[in-house]
Amino acid sequence: MSFLEKHKKIETNATLLLALSFVVVSIGGIVEIAPLFYLENTIEDVDGMRPYAPLELAGREIYIREGCYNCHSQMIRPLRDEVERYGHYSLAAESQYDHPFQWGSKRTGPDLARVGGRYSDEWHYDHLISPQSVVPESIMPSYAFLADVSIDGGRIGDLMATHRFVGVPYTDEMIENARFDFVEQATDFGDTGITDRYPGAQQRDFDGNPEVTEMDALIAYLQMLGTLVDFSTFTPDESR
Amino acid sequence: MTDQKETNLLPDDPETTGHSWDGIQEFNNPLPRWWLWCFYISIVWGVIYTIAYPAWPMISGATPGLLGYSSRALVAEDIAHYDALNADLRTQITEVELTAVTRDNMPELYNFAIQGGAATFATWCSQCHGRGANGVQAAGYPSLLDDDWLWGGSVEEIEATIAHGIRTEDDPDTHWSEMTAFEGFLSDEEIGQVVNYVRRISDQEADATLAAAGENVFLDNCAACHGDDAMGDRVLGAPNLTDRIWLFGGSAAAIEEIVRNSRFGVMPAWSGRLSDAEVRATAIYVHSLGGGE
Repeated sequence: MSFLEKHKKIETNATLLLALSFVVVSIGGIVEIAPLFYLENTIEDVDGMRPYAPLELAGREIYIREGCYNCHSQMIRPLRDEVERYGHYSLAAESQYDHPFQWGSKRTGPDLARVGGRYSDEWHYDHLISPQSVVPESIMPSYAFLADVSIDGGRIGDLMATHRFVGVPYTDEMIENARFDFVEQATDFGDTGITDRYPGAQQRDFDGNPEVTEMDALIAYLQMLGTLVDFSTFTPDESR
Repeated sequence: MTDQKETNLLPDDPETTGHSWDGIQEFNNPLPRWWLWCFYISIVWGVIYTIAYPAWPMISGATPGLLGYSSRALVAEDIAHYDALNADLRTQITEVELTAVTRDNMPELYNFAIQGGAATFATWCSQCHGRGANGVQAAGYPSLLDDDWLWGGSVEEIEATIAHGIRTEDDPDTHWSEMTAFEGFLSDEEIGQVVNYVRRISDQEADATLAAAGENVFLDNCAACHGDDAMGDRVLGAPNLTDRIWLFGGSAAAIEEIVRNSRFGVMPAWSGRLSDAEVRATAIYVHSLGGGE
């Protein structure tokens, strides 16, 4: 057992022990983490994904700020009951521009990964003002104050630049026009630049109030969730 | 330290590991055999598992595993399995005349439609129309329990409404109409008169003089859609104003708001999200709730 005797050397030499522990932990880390950086297949190739438009991104920030993720997940698992209830299972590609992602396993409320287009703007407005007015059995709190907070997108360009820093492909043109697009999406005065930059962006007054409010931003975000990927051109990779 | 080591040990004690810190030593007790074997077995099992299932990351993808496991194939298989079980009924329901599906006529298909339609309704419709389908009348989400229909209450009409929605922009077959906002077209006086007229014909408290004057305003401006008798027009989705069933409330203030600024609801077209069979089953379910014609 001379091999095991050598073990003593490691245990009695703190520096050697530290160095070798580091080697072992590094191997574990490399095996788990490194492939994610170069594995193309972790994000499947899909048509339709684009970065969030400025107003949608602001809505996402409000979603995170209000802690919506504490009760709502955004991840439809590949299980029959979930697919039948919520729609097509979520793809990695669909959260590739999420920093941080909004997956989760705790659902006090329903999953929101594909809530976009499922309800009208008016419904979302009524529901956020008083959830019990439309769903009496709901335990969701009221977010009526969102309708009273005007926002002008003053910092939205900075936020997009930050997202670009962590890998979201915002172009210079998108960042230059951030504030313009921000207002345009919620007011819809007829400019088409925003749909060139963000194909499929929905433009309208989301909350029925001509001012741009946090309510506009949040509803714009909710109404686009899960609507981008064109599933008619999607073939699932069977090896996962 | 070495001195103490010798003195503290009893003759029957197992070996020590040889470590000693401030006189504290460690017995070299072996691990229980069962524990050790479980440990070895779990290592072996781990290796087998990574060979059998998708696991090791390679340059262009992970190893697929010998068993060909795929969570996506499994869910597709699972859905296909249940679809196949219901395939007969699903085909039947897409082909049959909807009016022919009644409890007495085709009990099995009717039962399938009611159960399936109820599940679809709970998942997709209840958020606006309520779990019991009673809606939120004053907020513009109609009750489906009564016999007051905006766009028709026969089972085919209900099916068309579910499939194509109401004011769904990207569906050419959707129901579409928009009430005029009369702010600016009618004077404040005329609006006051017509509001009182509508209150009167719906048997609510109204100012008799104003209501009488409002009749002409109504006939000139509102009757084209709502009808001379204010009974509504289902082709246009114009509600009956005499039945005291209100989509946005029947108070004088609520009626005035609608005359001035107009209000109308929207409903998504479900033909894209739901299968034909689901849409038709839901139509039969909604039709069965009490108001079906």
